[in-house]
Amino acid sequence: MSPSALIAFLGGALLGALGVLLLAAGWRAIRGGRALATPAERATYETLHLASRAAGHLRGGLAAGDPARAAKALRQLLDADALALADPHGVVALDGPTSLQAAAERLARAAADAGSTQLLTADASIDGRDAVAAPIRLPGREGAGSVAGSLVAFASPVRPPLVRAAEEAASWVAAQLELAELDASRAALAEAEVKALRAQISPHFIYNALTAIASTITTEPARARELVLEFADFTRYSFRRAGDFTALADELQSIDSYLQLERARFGERLAVQLRIAPEVLPTVIPFLSLQPLVENAVRHGLEPKEGGGTITITADAEGAFTVVRIDDDGVGTDPEALRAALAGRPTVDHVGLRNVDARLRQVYGDDCGLVVETQVGAGTLIVMRVPRSQPENDVQGVRR
Amino acid sequence: MSDASVLHALAVAATRIPDAAGAAAAATSVSDATPASFGYAAIIIVTLTTVLVGALAVRLSRTTRDFYVASRTVPPWLNASAIGGEYLSAASVLGVAGLILLQGAGGLWFPIGYAAGYLMLLLFVAAPLRRSGAYTVPDFTGARLRSRSVRRATSVLVIVIGWFYIVPQLQGAALTVSIATGLPPWAGSVAVALIVGVIVAAGGMRSITFVQAFQFWLKLTAVALPAIVMLVVVGGRDLGVAAATAFPAALGPAAVNPYATASLAIALLLGTLGLPHVLVRFTTNPDGAAARRTTLITVALLVTFYVFPTTIGMLGRVFAPDLATAEQADSVALLLPGRLVDGLAGDLLGALIVAGAFGAFLSTSSGLVVSLAGVISQEVAGGTVRGFRVAALASTLVPLLVVLMIEPAGLAGSVGLVFAFTASTLSPLLVLGVWWRGLTARGALAGMLTGAVACAVAVGLGVLRVPGAGASGDGGDGSGGLGEALMGAAPLAADWAPWLQAALAAPAAWTIPLAVLVTVLVSRYGGGSPPVDVDRILARLHLPERRRPKPQ
Repeated sequence: MSPSALIAFLGGALLGALGVLLLAAGWRAIRGGRALATPAERATYETLHLASRAAGHLRGGLAAGDPARAAKALRQLLDADALALADPHGVVALDGPTSLQAAAERLARAAADAGSTQLLTADASIDGRDAVAAPIRLPGREGAGSVAGSLVAFASPVRPPLVRAAEEAASWVAAQLELAELDASRAALAEAEVKALRAQISPHFIYNALTAIASTITTEPARARELVLEFADFTRYSFRRAGDFTALADELQSIDSYLQLERARFGERLAVQLRIAPEVLPTVIPFLSLQPLVENAVRHGLEPKEGGGTITITADAEGAFTVVRIDDDGVGTDPEALRAALAGRPTVDHVGLRNVDARLRQVYGDDCGLVVETQVGAGTLIVMRVPRSQPENDVQGVRR
Repeated sequence: MSDASVLHALAVAATRIPDAAGAAAAATSVSDATPASFGYAAIIIVTLTTVLVGALAVRLSRTTRDFYVASRTVPPWLNASAIGGEYLSAASVLGVAGLILLQGAGGLWFPIGYAAGYLMLLLFVAAPLRRSGAYTVPDFTGARLRSRSVRRATSVLVIVIGWFYIVPQLQGAALTVSIATGLPPWAGSVAVALIVGVIVAAGGMRSITFVQAFQFWLKLTAVALPAIVMLVVVGGRDLGVAAATAFPAALGPAAVNPYATASLAIALLLGTLGLPHVLVRFTTNPDGAAARRTTLITVALLVTFYVFPTTIGMLGRVFAPDLATAEQADSVALLLPGRLVDGLAGDLLGALIVAGAFGAFLSTSSGLVVSLAGVISQEVAGGTVRGFRVAALASTLVPLLVVLMIEPAGLAGSVGLVFAFTASTLSPLLVLGVWWRGLTARGALAGMLTGAVACAVAVGLGVLRVPGAGASGDGGDGSGGLGEALMGAAPLAADWAPWLQAALAAPAAWTIPLAVLVTVLVSRYGGGSPPVDVDRILARLHLPERRRPKPQ
C-alpha cells in the first residue's frame, strides 16, 4: 500500500499533466494548421509575430523600454548571428556573445556619425563574422537630433539581402521609437493638463473674506485676528506648490478654514454637518478637489437662499472606493444649465465644478466623474467617488 | 502518530463520520451549557450592537467647532484594536482553548504564532505596505511588478484564501449556536453567513474601524472575565486529580516534535503577512510610522488576549478531560464556566463567552467579506457598487456551501492550514516585493504557483484516506494516543515513511523555502526583468514621508 500508493499518485499526476500538455499541443496544432497553410503564410505570420513582439519591447523607447528583448526578437527576424541596438550614447542591448561588444560599439558610432549604412566584411571581420550597421534615422527630422541610434547585425557572411533587411529593420525601429516618443509626449500632455487644471482659489472668495474681516476689525478685534489666522491657514494650504494630490483629512481641514471665513459673512445662516467614517481619511484625492465643491454649495446653493441653510458633508467607505457626498438644502440649479456647464460650454457659473470633474476624469477615468443631483428649489447633492488604492499617486505633505 | 503533527491530527478529524457515541456525547454536553434563552439573548445582543455600531458610529459633528475632531485620522491604538477585532477569529476564541485541552503544550504554539506574526509584519512589511498606497494585496503586487497577470494571480489566491478562512468561522458559529441554543449546527453557519452577507452587501458597515475595535474589547472581556472568575472559584478547591494526570510529561514542551513545531511556527509567523484583511486595515493609518506604531500596539493587545484562552484550556485539562475529543474540544471554553461556576453567575459567564465567540465569527467574517468583495468586484465588475454587493453575497455563499458539505475539523487546525497556504504563496511575494529589487513578474508568478501547488498537494495527500476500519478510543485521559483516537478511517498516508507523513502533514517548512527559491531563481534566470521604474517604486516604499502637520 505505502510506496505503491505514492507511486500511483505521482504517476497519476504525471499522466494528468502529460494529458493536459498533449491537449494543449493538439489544440495548437489544429488551430495552427488551419491558420498557416502554406510556407509563405507561415513566414508572414512569423515575421509579423516577431515584429509585434519587438514593438512591445520598444514601446518605452530605447532608454525606458526593454531593448534586450527587442534585440532578441529582431535577431530572429533578421536571422542574424548576433544583433545590437545602440542609442546615441552607445550600445544598450546586445543579443549574442559579449566578445562582439567592442565591435558593435565601434560600428554603431560609425553608422550614427556617417548617417549611412556601414559594412564590415572579409578582411575586417570579427571571429569570422561580418557585420552590417544601419543608422536608426527618425523620419521627418533634420540635423543633430535625426539619428536616434543604430542597429548592428552580425552574420557570416553578410549578404546583400541582409543589408537591405537591416536597413528596413532600422527604419521600422525608428518608427517604433517615434511612437514611443508620441506616448511619452501624450503622458506629459496629460500631466500638464492636470497641472493646468489645478484649481485656483476664486478671487471672489478672497475679496469676500477680506471684506468680512474688515467689517469685524473695529467691533470685534479678537475675532478679526482669528479670522486673519484662518485666512493665513487657508492660503498656505491652497498656494502650496508641491504635489498634485492630498489626503482627504488635509483637504477637510482646509475646508474648515474656508467655512470659518464664510461664516464670518453668513453668521447663523450657514450651518455645516459632517459625517465621516475615519478609515477613509487617509484616502488620496486630487489637491483642492473638494473645496471647490463646498464653495459651489455655498455660492450657488445657500447664498441666494433667504435664511441660509445647511451643508452636509459625508465620507464613507464603499468597497474599494471612498465616496464623498456634499449635500446642501439651498436653491438648487437647473439640471440643463449645469449639464451645459459641465460639458464645457462657456459660462461664468460652476467653473470650479467643471474643473474638478475634468481632473477626476483625467486621473481616475470617466467612471469617476462627479455625479450631481439637483433641481431648482430642491438643493444639490454632489457625489465624488475615488479609489482607495492609489499606488501611483503620492501625497505630498504640507510643510509647516 | 500522536506526536506527528497537530495539523495532521486535526485534518484527519475533518472527514470523520460522526458515530452514535459522538452524537450521544454531544447531547450530554448540551445539558452543561447555559440555558438556551441566555444563548439567544447573547447572540441577538451582539448582532444588534454590531449592526448599530457599524451603521451609526461614524464621526458626527454639527458645528464647525468640532470639525477638526471629525477630520482627524484614526489614532494607532484604535486601529490596533480594530486589527485585533478583525484578526481574533473563532480559532483564537474557541480553538486555542480546545487545542491546549487536546494537545497540551504543543497547542501553545498557535497563540504564540498568531501573536508573533504581527512581529514579522512590524519588522518587514507594515510601514512599506502603508507607504505603497495600495489598498489590497493584489493592488500592491500589481503596482510593484507593473503586471496585470501578477495582479490577477494574486487576486485568485486572495479569494481562495479568504474563502477557506471564512469556512472555520462558519464552523465555529455552528458549534457555538448549537451549544448555546440547542438548534441544529447548520443554523449557526447559515445565520452568520446571512447576517454578514446582508450587512456588507447593504453597505451597513459604514465604519468598520469602530465595529472591529468594539469587537476586540468585547472578545477580550468575554474571554478574560470568565477565565479570571473561574480561577478565583477553583482557587481554594481540591483539584481531585494529580498534576501528572492533567499535565502529563508526554504532552509537555519537551515532547514536542521539532519538525512539526518548526513548520507550524513558520507558517503562523509568515502567514499573517499575506492575510487578505490585514493589509486593508493599514490604509486606515495616515502614514508608515503610524502603521508601525499600530502594529506594535497590536502585538501587545494580542499577547494580552491570548493569556486567557490559554488559561481556559489549562483549566479544561483539569476539570473537563471528558471534552478532550476532536468533536468537542473546541466547545471547552463555552461549557467550562457552567461546570465550574454554579447558578446564575455561571450561566451569565457562559452567555458572555457565547457573545464573544459569536462576535468573533461576525467580525472576522465581515472583515474578510469586505476585503474579498473589494477584490472580486474590482477584478470582475470594474469596481461598481452593484458588483461589490453581488461579490459580498458570493463571498459568503461559497464558504457556506463548503461548510454545509464537509464535516467540521478542529478550528485552530483548519486556520493553521490556511496560514500555511498563505505563507507559501503571498507572504514570500510580499517580503521579496518590499525588500528585493530584482524580483520580476515571472518570478512572482512561478513562486506563487509553486507554493500553491506544493501546499495544496501536501494538504490533499495528508487528508486523503482509504476506507477501512478505524481505530476508536475515548481519548478522555488526554495522555497520548490521541492521534489514533481521532481517526475514523485510516489515512492514505498511514503506512508511508514517517518523514514523508510529517512533511505532508506540516508542509510549510519546505513549501515556503521552495516558493522563495523558485521566485528567486526564475527572477534571476527566467529571462524577465524588473519593472523599469523599480527604483522609484522602492524609494516610495522605503523613504519616510514628510511629517504631517501637527494639530494646533
